[in-house]
Amino acid sequence: MKTKTVKRRAATSPRQPAKIRQQCLYVTEPEIPPNTGNVGPAKIWQLRLYVAGQTPKSLEAFANLKKLCESQLKGRYRITVIDLVKQPQLAKGHQILALPTVVRKLPKPVRTIIGSLSDTERVLVGLDLRAAD
Amino acid sequence: MKTNGPKPTSPAARLPKCLTGIQGLDEITGGGLPRGRPTLVCGGAGCGKTLLAVEFLVRGAVQFDEPGVFIAFEETEAELKANVASLGFDLAGLVRRKKIVLDYVHIERSEVQESGEYDLEGLFVRLNHAIDSIGARRVVLDTLEALFSSLPNEAILRAELRRLFRWLKDKGVTAVITAERGREHLTRHGLEEYVSDCVIVLDHRVVDQIATRNLRVMKYRGALHGTNEFPFLIGDEGISVLPITSLGLNHKASNERIATGIPRLDSMLGGRGFFRGSSILLTGTPGTGKTIVAANFAHAACRRGERALFFSFVESPAQIIRNMHSIGLRLEPLVKRGLLRFHSARPSLYGLEMHLATMFKEIVAFQPQVVIMDPITSLMDAGTTSESKGMVTRLIDYLKAGQVTSLFTSLTQGGPSLQQTESAMSSLMDAWLSLQDFEGNGERNRVLYVLKARGMAHSNQIREFLISDRGIDLVDAYIGASGVLTGSARAAQGALEKAVVLADQQEAAQLKREVERKRKALDRQIGDLRSDYETEALELRRIAEQVGTRTFVLGTERAESGRLRQADAKVAARTRGKPSPEKIN
Repeated sequence: MKTKTVKRRAATSPRQPAKIRQQCLYVTEPEIPPNTGNVGPAKIWQLRLYVAGQTPKSLEAFANLKKLCESQLKGRYRITVIDLVKQPQLAKGHQILALPTVVRKLPKPVRTIIGSLSDTERVLVGLDLRAAD
Repeated sequence: MKTNGPKPTSPAARLPKCLTGIQGLDEITGGGLPRGRPTLVCGGAGCGKTLLAVEFLVRGAVQFDEPGVFIAFEETEAELKANVASLGFDLAGLVRRKKIVLDYVHIERSEVQESGEYDLEGLFVRLNHAIDSIGARRVVLDTLEALFSSLPNEAILRAELRRLFRWLKDKGVTAVITAERGREHLTRHGLEEYVSDCVIVLDHRVVDQIATRNLRVMKYRGALHGTNEFPFLIGDEGISVLPITSLGLNHKASNERIATGIPRLDSMLGGRGFFRGSSILLTGTPGTGKTIVAANFAHAACRRGERALFFSFVESPAQIIRNMHSIGLRLEPLVKRGLLRFHSARPSLYGLEMHLATMFKEIVAFQPQVVIMDPITSLMDAGTTSESKGMVTRLIDYLKAGQVTSLFTSLTQGGPSLQQTESAMSSLMDAWLSLQDFEGNGERNRVLYVLKARGMAHSNQIREFLISDRGIDLVDAYIGASGVLTGSARAAQGALEKAVVLADQQEAAQLKREVERKRKALDRQIGDLRSDYETEALELRRIAEQVGTRTFVLGTERAESGRLRQADAKVAARTRGKPSPEKIN
């Protein structure tokens, strides 16, 4: 049973980005720097940004998030933008209430930040980047 | 977008309403909650807010074919399903059949970091998706105020809630929003500010150690509604609100009369017994035979083929059956035939409202023509005076509406306060029989009066009430110069009268015999006289014959002597006739 699930996860993992890509507006691809041996693909940050349409707030949130990731996690992150107007069923599954919401799927534990991410300090604390620094 | 507010086609029509299906609530609100508008249900913890909301959805889905969405902020879907399953609501099944969508909205404040502007569009998206997925007409948000503890920015939250209620109206769904009761405001976070179409307040309070749940429609914009507090209870079939005052006095009045099972009592009531559908009060001090009269009434109903429901608050069914058997009333076969049903419960078992609901349920299930409460006074101890009076009113109204004849026994302590204490209840009753004890001559005797019987001629006379192993008998009490006599005094008086009559009879017989004797004596005398007379008459005839013979002999002798003497023979021959010469020959 256990091996089976592991097997399936292994099988689906390459396809997963493609699946999410169908559901989301935009996915940033991580650019792994060649000279950093200690940072493997497992250390890639997976971030999800939930929005409802291209509202000023969601655009602002995406811009803020991208800027922050570029400065803090250059090449080690992947942002998946999910539009709940197109995929409303995902809101229930992912327990989304406020928008915009950023969810850090990886590394564990899952962390959630709501808002347009204008307060960079709080985003850094929320994503646990302050401690990492 | 659906229109909200009254339909333009019928401007005179009242606000469109949405039936809740909850027993009693639709009566109070005059047809349900405002359709297409949000309703706020607020109350303290454990008031039944969530239950009311769930019932609103379930009944909507089951009875009115209006699917619903339940957004839970406090309980998970699994918890909710389990909690309402005990009330017979198959939430899981309704979810499977796409009649209801459950969505547990949860946000943990400690896991969420806030940065910059945000809104609750996520909630809107979820709600919208849920509504559209099943075509929902009803929405419940339980308890929306949980958001206040999850989201730190109250200003945003308030703005979003205002938008949410507007959005719900535009969506045209009938919504129920539950909220905790606040200390100063109706709700802890002032939700009533946003939901202003209909506000229902639930309350659970304890008076005299008896817990009662109350429901009040505090506000209903654009519609008439009962403003009183109505007791409600949570039974095993959900909520039932019991309106006291919303019932009008407009039940039918039957002309049919039904026998009481005691022929003499029927004759006291104009000869035909009580009206069908009337309410009868039977008061009496302890041991006056109230239960027996009640059992007779039930027995008579069952003998007519009707169903009788006997609520007993002091005796168990087996005890009643045994006791009635001792006076020759066999109730067991009637129970077996399903014509008679007993329902025994201790008055202190639960509160008055629960009793009432239980009785309603029994009545609905059994559909009896006759209902007996024995005694109603024990039940009234379970609540305050005004509560219990309200309960009896509702019960009587309910029974009358269904043309069910009801008999309530009432235990009184006797004395002059009797009429006063019972007067409150008696005004609700159509007929009132009073059973009393007559004490005197070292014995107690039961008597019965008909104190009132609306709409029929009835006897104002006292009747002595006899209980024997053959049943009940009513006999005329002796009313004479020495007052009303009952029991052995009545029997003694009867014996006395009997003795007088007997003496008179004996005297007459004596006189008759005397006359007879005299007549016989007279007859005898007459006989004697007659025989005397006959004797004398016989004597007379004999003498007359003797005289005749003698004369003839004398004549013959004289003629002989005359012939012999030849003297004046012709003369003698002429006078004596012709035979004389022949005799001579």
